[in-house]
Amino acid sequence: MNSRERILARIRTAVAGAPEVALVPARPPAAATGREVELFAERVADYRAVVHVAEPGKEGAVIAEALARRGARRVVVPGGLPREWERAVRDHPGCEVVTDDPPLSAAELDAVDGVVTGCAAGIAETGTIVLDAGPGQGRRVLTLMPDYHLCLVRAGQIAAGVPQAVAALDPARPLTWISGPSATSDIELDRVEGVHGPRTLEVIVIR
Amino acid sequence: MSGTFLGMPAFPGNAAAAVHDSQLRFNLRKATRTIRGKRAAVVGELPDWEELRAAGKAIKDHTLRNLDRHLLRLEEAVTRAGGRVHWAADAAEANRIVAELVEATGETEVVKVKSMATQEIGLNEALAERGITAYETDLAELIVQLGDDLPSHILVPAIHRNRSEIREIFREKMGQWGRAAPGDLTDDPRALAEAARLHLRERFLSSKVAISGANFMIAETGTLVVLESEGNGRMCLTLPETLISVVGIEKLLPRWQDLEVFLQLLPRSSTGERMNPYTSTWTGAAEGQEFHLVLLDNGRTDVLADEVGRQALRCIRCSACLNVCPVYERVGGHAYGSVYPGPIGAILTPQLHGMTRATPASHGRGISELDASLPYASSLCGACFEACPVAIDIPEVLVHLRAKAPHPRSERLAMRAAGWVFDRPVRLARTQRLGGRLRRFVPGRLPGPGAAWTDTRDVPDIPAESFRDWWDRTEGGTR
Ligand code: SF4
Repeated sequence: MNSRERILARIRTAVAGAPEVALVPARPPAAATGREVELFAERVADYRAVVHVAEPGKEGAVIAEALARRGARRVVVPGGLPREWERAVRDHPGCEVVTDDPPLSAAELDAVDGVVTGCAAGIAETGTIVLDAGPGQGRRVLTLMPDYHLCLVRAGQIAAGVPQAVAALDPARPLTWISGPSATSDIELDRVEGVHGPRTLEVIVIR
Repeated sequence: MSGTFLGMPAFPGNAAAAVHDSQLRFNLRKATRTIRGKRAAVVGELPDWEELRAAGKAIKDHTLRNLDRHLLRLEEAVTRAGGRVHWAADAAEANRIVAELVEATGETEVVKVKSMATQEIGLNEALAERGITAYETDLAELIVQLGDDLPSHILVPAIHRNRSEIREIFREKMGQWGRAAPGDLTDDPRALAEAARLHLRERFLSSKVAISGANFMIAETGTLVVLESEGNGRMCLTLPETLISVVGIEKLLPRWQDLEVFLQLLPRSSTGERMNPYTSTWTGAAEGQEFHLVLLDNGRTDVLADEVGRQALRCIRCSACLNVCPVYERVGGHAYGSVYPGPIGAILTPQLHGMTRATPASHGRGISELDASLPYASSLCGACFEACPVAIDIPEVLVHLRAKAPHPRSERLAMRAAGWVFDRPVRLARTQRLGGRLRRFVPGRLPGPGAAWTDTRDVPDIPAESFRDWWDRTEGGTR
């Protein structure tokens, strides 16, 4: 008997005679409240991320302002980023656009100043952004190595809570759930923002 | 102290030493109080917390009852998505599988994400024996590894070290392992984190193989889930060409949608946050990576066979039970002599090692004095049960284990060494009150040392209301 069979046999012996436990039906997602955008912005800011709310069509200007404040000179733009967002980066004076085609090495990504992406979903209740490596987001490493991540979220992408987001996401894609900048409390429980991921997370919510 | 828990003295000896370590006690008090407060706040935000807790318990119980079926579904889904699944009956087999997978890549260095399962099986030591160096990448694990030390808390493994100790460890040891710490390193947590960032970044960029655990595995889709804070997990999961995940068979959830329950329960119970900074999920070989999943038994099927004890397998390692435990707060994690400290460790470790039977996992060692003393490392106050997001009735399991493995002297020694309760009237009162609520767990016959005595006498019932409470309520019997 190999280990696979042995473990399965041990499990069967162990639970033989135990009462069956029904699988509870998946919980119904709560209804949307209409306050998702405000709550999302508030909760993202709670993680000490920088948050802006922009009117539709005005986000390009907010991108340009953010990059100027940051002083970013070389910025990664993933394939499939909406044209007007990419243009805002490209037109920003003194800013060089870096694309991931051909794929950048981790070391090359380590040397850029920041990255601008969209996302797959937002979660109001927890202030979470979910990336699924789809168009406008790129490979997971693009939002990992650069020290600055500017992320755009459309109001329609924001789910009220975790159940709705899980239901909407595709598990076959590699997902990265981001709730604020990376952090550690390993030294005497003092929270320090930014260990390995981007130390600054800036979010633009498009109403 | 060398990096192993094997052959440690029993809980009473460890606890007595730890109670006298004032740095440890200060850090523990600060840590557990901070986290307790944050947890209470974010748990209070969710009106359906008890419903979530009940759902978490039911999903886990269903999974454990049907573990064989769900593991086979998982295997199929992972394989379909381009991953390879390996089954390891015990620690030795898991270590051998991982070592051979690493050797097949031709690499002699691997990066690791904090994983209790790999600590449980002593993977780093086993790899070292075969000439493979495993680098821990969690800040706390790095502190522990550089300091040639042992972790003491599930979530904050270096909770027993203060900032100046950490600075000394970084200054002395970082250079021996890779990029040295800057010469002018201060003990500001920011500066220390920055030193770790630079030290580890070099390592991430050059590593070809990573080893992780997982918080959850989804049977239906073959998806693995890792929750973390620092981003070292993302580095390990994303950059290397080969990823090897070692995961206990009980970490399974049946359906993708079940994740919503646990992604709400875990961060709030664990760090007291609405959500942890990063959660990664991947299915099979993601973005062209080579992926191996090692499914670990190592005593879990023995725990599953115990009708009362099996609920310990619901544990999602949030550490809420540690943070509310009065015994843990005084003695710290090392006293438990196991990778699983605190209340959950007191019920999981002896069971994984094979409490009363000569199980394969106990390697014929029989039960050690430490394991036998662990079920006594508690006052049965019940705070752990109330905090547990999957409603594991830890006091019930403790009483059950005490009855199962009688051990002379253990109780008296554990309690006296921890010296935890009778020095504070408030605590005594609280304990008596909870004792009243937990009456149903008290056996009619005392286990262990008391057995001979109770063989001929009944254990007096614990009254529903303690004398103190009655006195307060009635103002000394005047009302
Ligand atoms: S026993 Fe419960 S409270 Fe303790 S670590 Fe496990 S899940 Fe958390």
